Amino acid sequence: MSSGKTVAEQILSARSGVDARAGDVVVCEVDWILGTDAATPMAIGYFEKMGGQSVRDPSRVMFALDHYSPPTTPRTKAFHDQVRAFARKHGIEVRDVGAGISHQLLLESGRAKAGDLVVGADSHTVTCGALGLFATGIGSSDLAAAMVTGQIWLRIPETIQVTLTGERAEGVSAKDMALALVAQVGGEGANYQAVEFRGPAAEALPLEDRLVLCNLAVEMSAKAAMFPVGPADPGARYARAVSLDLSALSPVVALPDAPANVTAIGNAAGTPVHMVFVGTCAGGRVSDIREVLRVIERAGGRVATGVQLVVTPASREVERKLTADGTLPRLASMGATITTPGCGACCGTSGVIPEDGMNVMSTANRNFRGRMGNPRASIYLASPAACAAAAVSGHITDPRTMGR
Amino acid sequence: MEVRLEGRARKFGDDINTDYIISSTRKKETLDEAELKRYLMETLDPDFAASVRPGDLLVAGKNFGCGSAMEVAATVILAAGIQAVLAQSFSRTFYRNAINNGLVALEFDTSTIREGDRLSIELTETMLTVGDLTTCVRSSVATRLPEPLLGILECGGLVGYLKQRGGFRTP
Ligand code: SF4
Repeated sequence: MSSGKTVAEQILSARSGVDARAGDVVVCEVDWILGTDAATPMAIGYFEKMGGQSVRDPSRVMFALDHYSPPTTPRTKAFHDQVRAFARKHGIEVRDVGAGISHQLLLESGRAKAGDLVVGADSHTVTCGALGLFATGIGSSDLAAAMVTGQIWLRIPETIQVTLTGERAEGVSAKDMALALVAQVGGEGANYQAVEFRGPAAEALPLEDRLVLCNLAVEMSAKAAMFPVGPADPGARYARAVSLDLSALSPVVALPDAPANVTAIGNAAGTPVHMVFVGTCAGGRVSDIREVLRVIERAGGRVATGVQLVVTPASREVERKLTADGTLPRLASMGATITTPGCGACCGTSGVIPEDGMNVMSTANRNFRGRMGNPRASIYLASPAACAAAAVSGHITDPRTMGR
Repeated sequence: MEVRLEGRARKFGDDINTDYIISSTRKKETLDEAELKRYLMETLDPDFAASVRPGDLLVAGKNFGCGSAMEVAATVILAAGIQAVLAQSFSRTFYRNAINNGLVALEFDTSTIREGDRLSIELTETMLTVGDLTTCVRSSVATRLPEPLLGILECGGLVGYLKQRGGFRTP
């Protein structure tokens, strides 16, 4: 057997103490465990059925009350109380309503580092792989077992090596790169697989862009995605190689009802937009929201009549920075609705739900029918700049044509 | 260690998502599998749930269980009395949820299996053998189901496994 390993093989070998390769099933020591208000209540049920007495290492567990932030029904409020009570009993840190999205909070905490294994009861936990670690989404039973044992079983995934080359043109964002890649690989194209981003253009990307690429890897069904900190191991075996030439990209939009349903934004130009949603773990960070303001101001500083602009910072930290620099106050003065940090309107569990017949332009990662809580609304996914352009013009518009 | 099953094939196609398995409108009303099992696969076949006999085996094409990651999609199949799902491939989250809840999920070339065929399944750490007692075709494929996967299935899921063993047995 060759000695080279993919990053997934390296990390999962190290965390399991077994010299393992893709396809092997290993039991790994987990570094960080994340629970959300959506999955933790069911995990508490499993924990009790498992006869769990205590949590193995509560200092490595964090719960975020992010999907129902704030709760809108007695039932979701009760979920929160249940999670808080369990956390108090076991000494687990709860990031309460308004603190932010679970994996965003782990990133901001500065605790996770390259080489770590992160499991979270949310599919977009994968986002943390931008730090060069292995992060993956798990279910409620896994979350319970990880709390009891500090471990998880994992089948080591094969890896797709994605090489980023070229320099992107002005007006092309990380979201455009990510959507183009999802379209190229396909909605299930990376099922059971990990993605390693490599190449000179990958090394040059800032962290916030890396987060977007790892986040959207879930939309090709990847188990994990990462920007490794070191060079590829010479003998490592990859399932396949994909390359993305950034210089060939232009702004895109994902049409309803799938993230892989991608087209050049010009092909959808003119489609009326009734709601613009800026937020989520894909597009609710500092640089995203600043970009939205920049594009709107460059184009005259007004939101079109009949467009509802909703802005949800991914975390309180994001909210704090954007309040301090004036971004959120300026957006609010244009009539934007600024909502509590967290998942917001992303999956219809909290925040603003679109009305029947609305077209929503969103910085999120998913546009399945009904995703935002109303199956009679249609969701388009695009970059923050394209969302801002839609807010200004009232229809889908190539952001490169704005404010010229 | 091994798992042996026998049952009647209930055949479905490709891309059976978790919403087809159990519709989200039903999940809004309750998350109790004993209740939800009456609506298993109702979007595809309203009569299906009533026709399930304990021990039946689901047989499907590729990408079974795509869509949302809700564990109830796996537990409702078990609650209906179905012991295993054989599919060309699974979505990753459904596969984990199935194993963790003790639903035997197996990747296998299902193209020749027909609705109603009687199947026998033998699963060891390294080999899966499916015998079609109706067509008398028997085939084996190599699998990699080492500990703890086989152990979890034998114990009926993670709950039983951790209760019995007190932890993952590290190899
Ligand atoms: S923002 Fe959306 S995609 Fe991200 S964790 Fe929340 S619900 Fe999931």
